[in-house]
Amino acid sequence: MIEFEAEQALGDFRLAARFTTPSAGITALFGRSGAGKTSIVNAFAGLLTPSRGRIKVRGDVLFDSSTGINLPPEKRRLGYVFQDGRLFPHYSVKGNLLYGARGDAAHFNQVVELLGLSALLARRPNDLSGGEKQRVAIGRALLANPRLLLMDEPLASLDAARKAEILPYIANLRDALDVPIVYVSHAMDEVIRLADTLVVVDAGSVAAVGPVEELTSRLDLRPLTGRFEAGAVLRAVLRGHDKAYGLSELAFPGGRLRVPFLDLPLGTALRLRVRARDVVLATAPPQDLSIRNAFAGRVVEIRPDEPALMDLRLDIGTRDEPVYLWARVTKRAVEDLKLKVGGPVHALVKTVALDRPSPGYAHPLGDSEVS
Amino acid sequence: MLTPLETEALLLSLRVGLAATVFSLPVALLVAWLLARCRFPGRHLLNGVVHLPLVLPPVVVGFVLLVLFGRKGVVGAWLDQTFGFTFAFNWKGAALASAVMGFPLIVRAMRLSLENVDTGLEAAARTLGSGRVRVFATITLPLMAPGILTGAILGFARSVGEFGATITFVANIPGETSTLPLALYAYTQVPGGESPAWRLCLIAIALALAALFASELVARALDRRISGRTP
Repeated sequence: MIEFEAEQALGDFRLAARFTTPSAGITALFGRSGAGKTSIVNAFAGLLTPSRGRIKVRGDVLFDSSTGINLPPEKRRLGYVFQDGRLFPHYSVKGNLLYGARGDAAHFNQVVELLGLSALLARRPNDLSGGEKQRVAIGRALLANPRLLLMDEPLASLDAARKAEILPYIANLRDALDVPIVYVSHAMDEVIRLADTLVVVDAGSVAAVGPVEELTSRLDLRPLTGRFEAGAVLRAVLRGHDKAYGLSELAFPGGRLRVPFLDLPLGTALRLRVRARDVVLATAPPQDLSIRNAFAGRVVEIRPDEPALMDLRLDIGTRDEPVYLWARVTKRAVEDLKLKVGGPVHALVKTVALDRPSPGYAHPLGDSEVS
Repeated sequence: MLTPLETEALLLSLRVGLAATVFSLPVALLVAWLLARCRFPGRHLLNGVVHLPLVLPPVVVGFVLLVLFGRKGVVGAWLDQTFGFTFAFNWKGAALASAVMGFPLIVRAMRLSLENVDTGLEAAARTLGSGRVRVFATITLPLMAPGILTGAILGFARSVGEFGATITFVANIPGETSTLPLALYAYTQVPGGESPAWRLCLIAIALALAALFASELVARALDRRISGRTP
């Protein structure tokens, strides 16, 4: 477990955050710029000392104001990947990697391999591209054998192409190494692609903590999580291919979803986002429609958004395993269809609406996470 | 090529300049650190005192040194009795006068370079397991090396050229305190001293050029090292 609790006044800004997250996989700290995400990470690293609080990682107390424990940064053994890389300009890439290295040559080779750094070892930091710099920074932090890896918007200063270059490396880390990661981001697509647990940070405090799927479908968090491209995230398993029609079939508890062909082995666990505006609602099972994905479910929550729009949270899963979908329709449609909380509904999703690399769309989650 | 007297003045100048610079550097580093990184009461006062030699007439500095470090001075008498060590009328006194005069230049250069060191890099080094001392030795010091070099060159040049404070504090004694400028000055005071004065003048120019050239070479090597570019 990773337990974090900290209070600190920083000028006009007040940090009062508290959350607990599993010490496996990637935990995303998500929120707007200035919400306090970096302050939280700095408190983890010991670069900021809270006036009150307690920080515990995998059983080790790093900070506890009640007992006066406050380990200095060098004793905390947390890897920190900064937004701006912060490579040491007077060392080679290899020198940077070895600066805090704990562990043997095998560990070094593993990390170099994992991040594709072998061709860069003799180079100097300022001769690297932005993406290469961040890979070296990640490697340097990992080689210090940290008990927790902190990543503060490691992709924020990179363009889309460089981001796409690094994301797979970070996704690999989670699967290859037993190092929990706290990943700061204000980009929902990164979060969906990478994170298992989501911590929504707003105005210095934690607004919500939970699995990504659960929080992305919560309508009350929409102002924080769903400003752009809002939509619920589903977990599904690749069950079948229909090569003749160029389709693949995904199964989730309670239904099947047809998507454009995915070149992945059967049984692969996937996560995909269904945007709220791509969901169509009906009160009867659809007939004579081109839409192939129709799911029977019920309305769980209705919440007005802009004057003319309503957000609906639907459960299209089974009795035991709810699967939430988020639909955005006009207020007029809700009234005409007489949609009510608890009432039955059919949700329709166009296959073609998923025909784009929706973030996390083809992100294999690994077998261990297939439910 | 050089007369014994010229050799003596040149070597003395080098000795005085090197001693003044070498002993100034660690103290200047500490003061630069205090001024750049620490907030404490009296910081502005310290800054003012350090810079005084830059704005005071050198003769005033020499006189104060004489009063403090002369054989009968407050500090001088104590040093003499306790350690049998004196600055009075010897090359060490010349080095002290030069060091005091060059000190603000060294501190300024160091402070500037220290302020340019990204504290984020130091924070990063600490998260990688380095304590404060190792961070200073492996990150801060190498990154401020160009500033230390600049300070050293400026301090050395100031020492070699120092005149007023030296002659006031330790007088003009051949072989002991008669550095290049003092020897040159002595020649200008006697009839027929013009041509030996010219020779000393040329030696001073050659020395200055050599120092500049050497510093340029070292600066380039350092820049290459910390620029972060592959050689």
